Amino acid sequence: MSEKVLMKGNEAIAEAAIAAGCRHFFGYPITPQTEVAAYMSKRMPKVDGVYLQAESEVASINMVLGAAAAGVRVMTSTSSPGVSLMSEGISYIAGSDVPALIINVQRGGPGLGGIQPSQADYYQATKSTGHGDFHMMVLAPSTVQETVDLVAKAFDLGDKYRMPVMILSDGMLGQMMEPVQLPEPREPDNDSKEWAACGHQNKRKHNVVNSLYIDPATLEGLVKDRFERYATIQKEEQMAEEYLVDDADIVIVAYGASARVSRSAVDMARKNGIKAGLIRPITLWPFPKDVLAKAAEHVPKFLTVEMSMGQMVDDVRLAIECSRPVEFYGRTGGVIPTPMEVYDRIVKINGGEQ
Amino acid sequence: MTDLNILLAGFGGQGILFTGKVMAYAALMEGKELSWLPSYGPEMRGGTANCSVCISDNKIGSPLVVNPDVLVAMNLPSLEKFEDTVVPGGMIIIDSSIIDKKVQRTDINVVYLEASRIAEENGLKGAANMVILGRLFKEHPFCSKENLDKGLQKSIPPRKAALIENNRKAIALGMES
Repeated sequence: MSEKVLMKGNEAIAEAAIAAGCRHFFGYPITPQTEVAAYMSKRMPKVDGVYLQAESEVASINMVLGAAAAGVRVMTSTSSPGVSLMSEGISYIAGSDVPALIINVQRGGPGLGGIQPSQADYYQATKSTGHGDFHMMVLAPSTVQETVDLVAKAFDLGDKYRMPVMILSDGMLGQMMEPVQLPEPREPDNDSKEWAACGHQNKRKHNVVNSLYIDPATLEGLVKDRFERYATIQKEEQMAEEYLVDDADIVIVAYGASARVSRSAVDMARKNGIKAGLIRPITLWPFPKDVLAKAAEHVPKFLTVEMSMGQMVDDVRLAIECSRPVEFYGRTGGVIPTPMEVYDRIVKINGGEQ
Repeated sequence: MTDLNILLAGFGGQGILFTGKVMAYAALMEGKELSWLPSYGPEMRGGTANCSVCISDNKIGSPLVVNPDVLVAMNLPSLEKFEDTVVPGGMIIIDSSIIDKKVQRTDINVVYLEASRIAEENGLKGAANMVILGRLFKEHPFCSKENLDKGLQKSIPPRKAALIENNRKAIALGMES
């Protein structure tokens, strides 16, 4: 392991991807994620990689599809409006059963919105990234170190299940610096993907990567196969962090940047004698419903905190099958909630001043 | 010390973000938990830059400093914007060669330091930020002197290593102020 260095979240994403053997990056600049592309443009040529600034997000994601079909580790990075433009391509990637990493460093929306941190793309990431019956895995780091760790994991999961994986970050995590330890670099592995369309050299049957199936029965069969894989993922790949949940009278559910704010609020509550806890989903799809369902057996109240008008809160209610009240607190448009605001909400839900 | 939350604010170009980075690296050298969060929004286009630095023995929650223990104000708009946010008993360090306004609050400690003048008189024009850092360190020694110097070295890329010495001098001037 290398020594700890200070890195911005965005730069850490790029370096972690290179360390994970990624040598293909296609993207288009947009605040607040531009450092990912800027860093890649400097580093990729030094590791014999490809950095290409495409003419648009639509072009970027289709280049990603092409490189993924050829069996190489590939990624793109953008911010909220960019993901909307990429949604068609992401659906094609899912329909073609190829792995790719997509980074969303979220900013306020809708429309061109703003450039400050936001979590208002939760629905888009977990439920409706593009057309058709499909899912992508969504990982949500809350520190720069975790961002580094999840980049490598995202690539590995994508390869394992042959599907697109998104890292859902935000402007705060992208712009902030924290100490990180980078993993030992891995060499690119371009040879292990038997399905890759990368030249058969008359040694095997040629591979076809495609998402067009005119025959409904064939298409239904493929989608059903994919959903069997999704069922496995939902069973085996849920990730969440629990903080002071065991004896809690109220548990906050929050991910990413808002989980950091919530953790501060939980500490304030504990100091003031309120038994608060935190469940932080790390995988947003699959949603870590097992942890939540287990907590709901003894936790009387839940509070979901998001930098949005309330999107994940639906998944929390579903996960605990509405067995306990789930309140919501959020700020949106690029406003970051303060620990004090969240603490005040905890106090209110817990029945007033202590 | 368990927690020190600092908000550094001033014009773009005064080295606000760099000052935060030196503190962050010094804290890292000291083995502390830390975070550094810059402003990157529209306020930068209005000419002000600010930077939140959190240093703690414990894991950092929110990296956004809303109520600083220490506010460094290097221009008037920053002082006016953030004066009321400082925690009671906290501190404001003001570059009084740029800001002639006095702080209204009486429940905080205020350091008026002519950082720009001190830097300029010592042939260190542009290093007022490091003079202030030296003074901040004297008031709140968040790491050892050795680690502060290591933090400085880590914050300057090798190709600009020649700049280390002047920054070092400016920090020393601040410590003596």
